Amino acid sequence: MPLAAFTWTEFAQQIAAGVREGAIYAGLALAIVIIYRSTRVINFAQGEMATFTTFIAWSLMNRGLSFWVAFPIVLAIAFAGGVTIERVLIRPVENAPVLTIVIITLGLALLLNGLMSIIWGGANRQFRGPFSTRTIDVGGVPISVQDIGIVVVSIALVALLALFFRFTKLGLALRAAAVNPDSSRLAGVRVGWMLALGWGIAAVLGAVAGMMIAPVVFLDPNMMQTILLYAFAAAVLGGLDSPAGAVVGGILLGVTITLLGRYVGFIGSTLKLPVALLLILILLLIRPGGLFGRVAVRRV
Amino acid sequence: MSLLELESVGARYGPVKVLHEVSLTVGEGELVAVLGANGAGKTTTLRAVSGTVRRSGDVVFEGHKLPRRPEATARAGIAHVPEGRGTFSELSVWENLRLGAYTRRGKIRDDAKRVYAFFPRLEERRDQQAGTLSGGEQQMLALGRAMMARPKLLLLDEPSLGLAPLVVKEIFEALARMKEKDGISVLVVEQNANLALAHAGRAYVLEVGRVVVAGTSDELRANESVRRSYLGY
Amino acid sequence: MRLRLSVELLGFVALTAIVAELPRFVGDYRARELAIVGMYFIALLGLSILTGYSGQISLGHGAFMAIGGYTTAILTVNGFYGHPVRDLWTIPIAGVVAGIAGLLVGVPALRLSGLYLALITFGIAVSFPQLPKKFDHFLGGTTGKILNLAKPPYGLDTTTNDWIYYLTWGIALVLLLCAWLLVRGKTGRALKAIRDSEVAAASSGISLARYKTLAFGISAFYAGIAGSLYAIANAYVNPDVFPIILSVYLVVGLAVGGLDSLPGLIAGAALIYFLQNHADTVAKWLNHLPALSLDPKQPGISSVVFGAVLIVVMLLVPTGVGGLLRRVLHPLTTRLYTRS
Repeated sequence: MPLAAFTWTEFAQQIAAGVREGAIYAGLALAIVIIYRSTRVINFAQGEMATFTTFIAWSLMNRGLSFWVAFPIVLAIAFAGGVTIERVLIRPVENAPVLTIVIITLGLALLLNGLMSIIWGGANRQFRGPFSTRTIDVGGVPISVQDIGIVVVSIALVALLALFFRFTKLGLALRAAAVNPDSSRLAGVRVGWMLALGWGIAAVLGAVAGMMIAPVVFLDPNMMQTILLYAFAAAVLGGLDSPAGAVVGGILLGVTITLLGRYVGFIGSTLKLPVALLLILILLLIRPGGLFGRVAVRRV
Repeated sequence: MSLLELESVGARYGPVKVLHEVSLTVGEGELVAVLGANGAGKTTTLRAVSGTVRRSGDVVFEGHKLPRRPEATARAGIAHVPEGRGTFSELSVWENLRLGAYTRRGKIRDDAKRVYAFFPRLEERRDQQAGTLSGGEQQMLALGRAMMARPKLLLLDEPSLGLAPLVVKEIFEALARMKEKDGISVLVVEQNANLALAHAGRAYVLEVGRVVVAGTSDELRANESVRRSYLGY
Repeated sequence: MRLRLSVELLGFVALTAIVAELPRFVGDYRARELAIVGMYFIALLGLSILTGYSGQISLGHGAFMAIGGYTTAILTVNGFYGHPVRDLWTIPIAGVVAGIAGLLVGVPALRLSGLYLALITFGIAVSFPQLPKKFDHFLGGTTGKILNLAKPPYGLDTTTNDWIYYLTWGIALVLLLCAWLLVRGKTGRALKAIRDSEVAAASSGISLARYKTLAFGISAFYAGIAGSLYAIANAYVNPDVFPIILSVYLVVGLAVGGLDSLPGLIAGAALIYFLQNHADTVAKWLNHLPALSLDPKQPGISSVVFGAVLIVVMLLVPTGVGGLLRRVLHPLTTRLYTRS
């Protein structure tokens, strides 16, 4: 593909698009990190869970609800769904090897994916988002309102979450249960419920990411699959243990691959994902804990 | 009536039974010590009370049977400072203290002030990660965290382990003051029998999972075999 | 232990007998289906050495199968310096090529633990289908490459499907034997030691780097062989022949079969094949349950069934079929042993 002439305006637009992509990855990556921190499990169903809730939003809006009315309802459903999944599917195998739990989440991903095809069909659907797609001029660079909206919502969500974890008793208990379940029990924390709560929060984050990205791409059962991979990559990039890392990793990844895809002809759109993974692999070899993660020193 | 009563409590790790029919009591405002060699079942006795090990027999607290769930034990007013102190090394000192008060409602600033009065060093290190504290400071934090819950009973596992004698002295003095001021009862496990008997009113001696001798500290000090086996003179 | 050895040998002989005689009792098409089960079995054997014995999770073994399959396709179609290679000879080459790829992945894998490795290997699985699209002159793009139809060697009077069946299962039995010798020998002990505690293994003088990389290489070799056979049986390769989900299915088969139970893997392989191709049958069975009416032909039903079976199996028998077998057999063999 021959490259069009380079202009700074376009470069800035690409960066903006990358940040928007990255904000979505960051949201999903954060969901992955929250579950990982508390249960040491990677939830491979995270993408499917997000798409499922987005479909629910679509159905509600199809019945005439406006986006901002459907939004909180969907978040509540997502939360309840996440908690239920943890209680029913993950709890019984809490002490099983990691692989068992990974496989259960893979099974859940397949199950949800099939259910979506059955309930809503496999066709692409247009999802009307809350933001207009018209562009406005930001310091000489045309950027769409939608992109700005997505980034603002993501930042707001991350900020809310940070406040919750830092300043509320429940947030503190969640963190405590993640780092030291035994001592948390002795302090009176119901650790089992904290894990379920973690899944609930992760499901909410996923739902928001789904509802933000659906207007940009199209809504179909496989919508989140590639995005989930980028989110994994973002989480690994930032360090699976670090929520802040997930956010930074997401944005960094979004911008990097957008620029690489646009300006490096050889990579184009087909090799974006392999190249992103290669970069992360190299990073992991240099810093095994990711950018922000700490490599735990274990006692044996 | 005693505050805590163990009635023929047994406990096992998998197929291995480590406690056999242990019965003991802790009265209100009493400091009771559990002595014994390595592997005698001291730690397990505490774990049986807080429900962190599978147990048989009854544990009665304030006249009610305790369920075997650590969260429930904590809510009933028992604070267990486990082996290795159980501080949250990745959280700050202040966050550790907040967690100590997890089961309580209402303001906790005053309780924190009380803890800082006992252990001024914790206030200096308020925002530091608990994992970066020295061993003695971590033990203080563990005690402080337990105090935050305003427990009626404190279960202490080897508070002197690995600490310098001066720090041990400081900690036991704080313990004595806590007992006096707040009327907290304490069940402490110690390998250092001299130290424990100096502070405890009564003590039990465990051998391979059974209580072999029980009595007041004076009686135990006078007991020939205890003296030879545990006090070393 | 001698008793266990004889039980295992006896089992192997019985398996060989069953494999040899089975085509006489089933139709031609069934033989083809069983052959494909055999290919999954080979891939699972490799995965078991990696995950079950050395404790490294790979969610990218579909990619190694694809490497094997594409190697065979290129050698038979483009040929080696213009000389087309007979399909039979490409099988070991495909294994070696995939094995080398495995060693290459194994080296960085040394520094990645547990889930990081799972994620990176999953990334490999997802990335691989992009390569044929990018290098379409050589790898045939999305349409892929067409191979010649497999034919039984000259002088052998069987149908193509029977030939593929015997070829696959012949190789499978040899590889099973190899895997068995491997895991019960010094290498197997080293791998298990690494799985159970890397630190302890290293301090007993086991070279982590050597054995972990080796496990990756061997495991990829197995997958490459399986992929090569798959390409020969299908007579074409394209990115959809080795879809991303294949890697997931393999892990599923491994878990269902039992991580470190070699014979249990046959059950895992059968499940992969069955659920992929006969989910509608399962849906029909399920319709016998009250209050269920599934349309077996509906898209999505196979994913739902696959996912549900997976979850239920993991919740009910987390040790898989192999673990179940062992639980049944273990008291039996120990009793016999203590009496003798």
